[in-house]
Amino acid sequence: MIAMKEAGLPDVFIKEREDFIHTKGKQKKQLKCENDSVAGCVSQRACVYCGARVVLNPVTDAVHLVHGPIGCASYTWDIRGSLSSGAELYRFSFSTDLKEEDVIFGGEKKLARAIDELVLKYNPKLIFVYATCIVGVIGDDLEAVCKAAARKHGIKVIPVQSSGFIGNKSAGYRAACDALLRLIGPTSRNETKESKCVNYLGDFNLAGEVWIIGNYLKQMGIKLNVAFTGDSSCETLKTAARASLNIVQCAGSMIYLAEKMDEIYDIPYLNVSFLGLEDTAESLRKIARFFGDLKIIHKTEELIKKEVNAYSGTVQSYREKLKGKKAAIYVGGGFKAISLVKQFSEIGIDVVMIGTQTGRQEEYEIINELVDEGTVILDDANPTELEKFMVEKGAHLLVGGVKERPLAYKLGIAFIDHNHDRKHPLSGFAGAVNFAREVYSTVCSPVWKYIGT
Amino acid sequence: MDKETENCRNVNENPCNMCMPMGAILPFKGVEQSMVIIHGSQGCSTYMRRHIAEHFNEPIDVASSSLNEKGTIYGGEASLIKGLDNLIKLYNPGLVGVLTTCLAETIGEDVERITSKYLKERELGDFPLVTVSTPGYGGAHTDGYFLAVKRMVARLAKKTEKHSRINVIVPNLSPADIREIKRILHMFKVEFTLCPDFSDTLDRPFERPYKKIPGGGTKLSDIAEMPGAAATIQMGITVDDDISPGRYLEAEFGVPLYNLPVPMGIENTDLFIDVLKQLSGNKVPESLERERGRLLDCMIDSHKYNFQGRSVIFGEPENVYAIFKTCMENGVYPVVVATGSKPGKMIELLNNELNNYRGEVHFLNETDFAQIRKKSIRMNANIAIGHSDGRYLTEREGIPLVRHGFPIHDRVGGQRLLSVGYVGTTMFLDRITNTLLENKYNSYRNSMYQKYYKKLKVAGQQLQG
Repeated sequence: MIAMKEAGLPDVFIKEREDFIHTKGKQKKQLKCENDSVAGCVSQRACVYCGARVVLNPVTDAVHLVHGPIGCASYTWDIRGSLSSGAELYRFSFSTDLKEEDVIFGGEKKLARAIDELVLKYNPKLIFVYATCIVGVIGDDLEAVCKAAARKHGIKVIPVQSSGFIGNKSAGYRAACDALLRLIGPTSRNETKESKCVNYLGDFNLAGEVWIIGNYLKQMGIKLNVAFTGDSSCETLKTAARASLNIVQCAGSMIYLAEKMDEIYDIPYLNVSFLGLEDTAESLRKIARFFGDLKIIHKTEELIKKEVNAYSGTVQSYREKLKGKKAAIYVGGGFKAISLVKQFSEIGIDVVMIGTQTGRQEEYEIINELVDEGTVILDDANPTELEKFMVEKGAHLLVGGVKERPLAYKLGIAFIDHNHDRKHPLSGFAGAVNFAREVYSTVCSPVWKYIGT
Repeated sequence: MDKETENCRNVNENPCNMCMPMGAILPFKGVEQSMVIIHGSQGCSTYMRRHIAEHFNEPIDVASSSLNEKGTIYGGEASLIKGLDNLIKLYNPGLVGVLTTCLAETIGEDVERITSKYLKERELGDFPLVTVSTPGYGGAHTDGYFLAVKRMVARLAKKTEKHSRINVIVPNLSPADIREIKRILHMFKVEFTLCPDFSDTLDRPFERPYKKIPGGGTKLSDIAEMPGAAATIQMGITVDDDISPGRYLEAEFGVPLYNLPVPMGIENTDLFIDVLKQLSGNKVPESLERERGRLLDCMIDSHKYNFQGRSVIFGEPENVYAIFKTCMENGVYPVVVATGSKPGKMIELLNNELNNYRGEVHFLNETDFAQIRKKSIRMNANIAIGHSDGRYLTEREGIPLVRHGFPIHDRVGGQRLLSVGYVGTTMFLDRITNTLLENKYNSYRNSMYQKYYKKLKVAGQQLQG
């Protein structure tokens, strides 16, 4: 393993992992990614169901019914920070709670009865039925059950093909996007387009982030039609075809949907990022340019000026305190990783290690261009690799999710929670300040004085 | 009192339990130099790691055989073997637990055969690979926990000469609770093998350098000698015999079993202390007597406040029984007692406690939070005791929650909660009483105003008119 040797750590390595790890400037070969995890390596990746649930869960008035044994529903009950301005049904976790006899005799009847019960109790317009690992194996015909139930109750009952073994989290994103496409439906093709009206893809309204961006758009004179899927509902999602532009933030989960919507509904899309002052400003300009309306462009510049004035001083003051610190990044997707590199540079921090669970080839290419020589880039890493490279590269902080947090702390390294559980927004101009403040709160905490080296 | 099972329903709404492999991970984390691999698709291990890590605030490394579509269709043997190879290389463990999942069990993986073949082919001799059959649909996390302990003991146990140590088998308690049990054992000067001991491994001090497998845990050599022990104390009174490690040691090796409840509350702790007195031949140490006295003092000081409590108790059967007893002793009368798991012997035990009790109490087993909520409203519960998922009762119904058990995700310190022994019970009771008091202080001015002043005002107006 070249990178580990570079780092002087030849002791523990798994041959198969070599190609997934690069040190910028050292290798000519392309980084391997978008592959199955290597067994036994303690991958940090989740599963297909996880990917699908993350994307669909913020649909507020849907029943999210997990067809399978209890665990899958138990571990995903109300664990996300997506906010709703209306319905609260999405915060419940429903399961068919399959037992041994269901596995032997099949779970279709139980699923049908479960849907009946839920319709009676909650009268929903939309039910997502998630397939778990064993559903595919025991041969339950999810499509047929959902179709029959939809007909019987006159509502949308949409199967989500998210059996855990059919791929990784990315396959789950795709399954979720397919479910959303079914919801919008082919007949929406004939919908009249509204000018100056956008859909916002890949924001899950964590701590109200969709609302923050929606306010910006409003000030620019643009209507936010619906976000995929933060604070969305069955009815609002169904109107998606009327937008004249899709803006895509979390590309990992939503680029597929954007492409499909371009193809089916003739809606073009733009990639945007609202993480960091610079990216936020640039993204708003990009949207304004797309519409090419002078009034919008003018309003956008006014907005940017106002917001940057309000926040850049604070960000600058944090920059002075944080300059020269070194960061390690290990997050779910490539979009977030790329944005973080830029955001760290805004506050004077260099990235020395960067990796993702499910980044795509083109995203790793961008990452490679953005980071300094010597930065370790890795795909689908495990705790052993994260530990080695963070220590070796002298990282002062790690950005990651719940599983990575205790590892950082045990190593005496600061930590930024950049996951779906968080309760403060990191998006937009206000979010950029929150981010800087969070970095400061962890890197410059007095507790590190007491741990020695 | 009535008994209800709700498994005629077809939907579990807001689960009150977790799955079997999740529970089986925990005991493996309490054995020295141990690692776990889950034979199934990648997500299972990741979800469970996340769940456990968030409770303990510790890194939880669990490998997966990362079964993919091909493995699912043609069999996962190759994935499991590769997984074991890589895991052993990366972690160099002294023992590996091999757990199955829904997927592995459904496609009919013969893990026993695969692992014995593996040991032979890799010339690993009698390296302890402990297989545990844990399909997610086969039981709840509680079942997984005890089955894993039993399998581990069965795999490592050797016919040993009799010795004077005693075995202590603990359920899913907090690391702080395990430390307290060890302290009490030390006070009695008894030598013991406590299994599984995750008091250090899942609540480790900050120290350098970082170790991927934390120090601590029950020694494998000690587990091997459990068959020679003078007795087994198992805190597993609700546990079914077929997954009971204590029963196994008794049946196979004739180790006398003292199957006790978790020592929470005065009666349960007395039971534990009496057994220790009997087994050690030592008198109860004076300092422990004083701890008991302080608990009694606390019970008296708080009894009137506690009497205001109408409790809803939920979680794993073993914990539920212990909380129930403690509440009954203190007049925090339970109105709803629930578990998402199969109750084992819990219902029978609870019924035994209800002799001469005239209050109304509902037992729910294999239930979910939708049912718990419904019953709690009907019974006017005003305090909930159980794990973090009960926050739903607070948010929806304003019933305050005293966090206890596993998992605790929305507060820090689940691993440090002390609730066993006389000292732990005292602290547990204080948490209950103070929650009731906080509620009282928050509401009594307004409720008296609403109840009496408004009436007075109306009456006054009538007089004037």
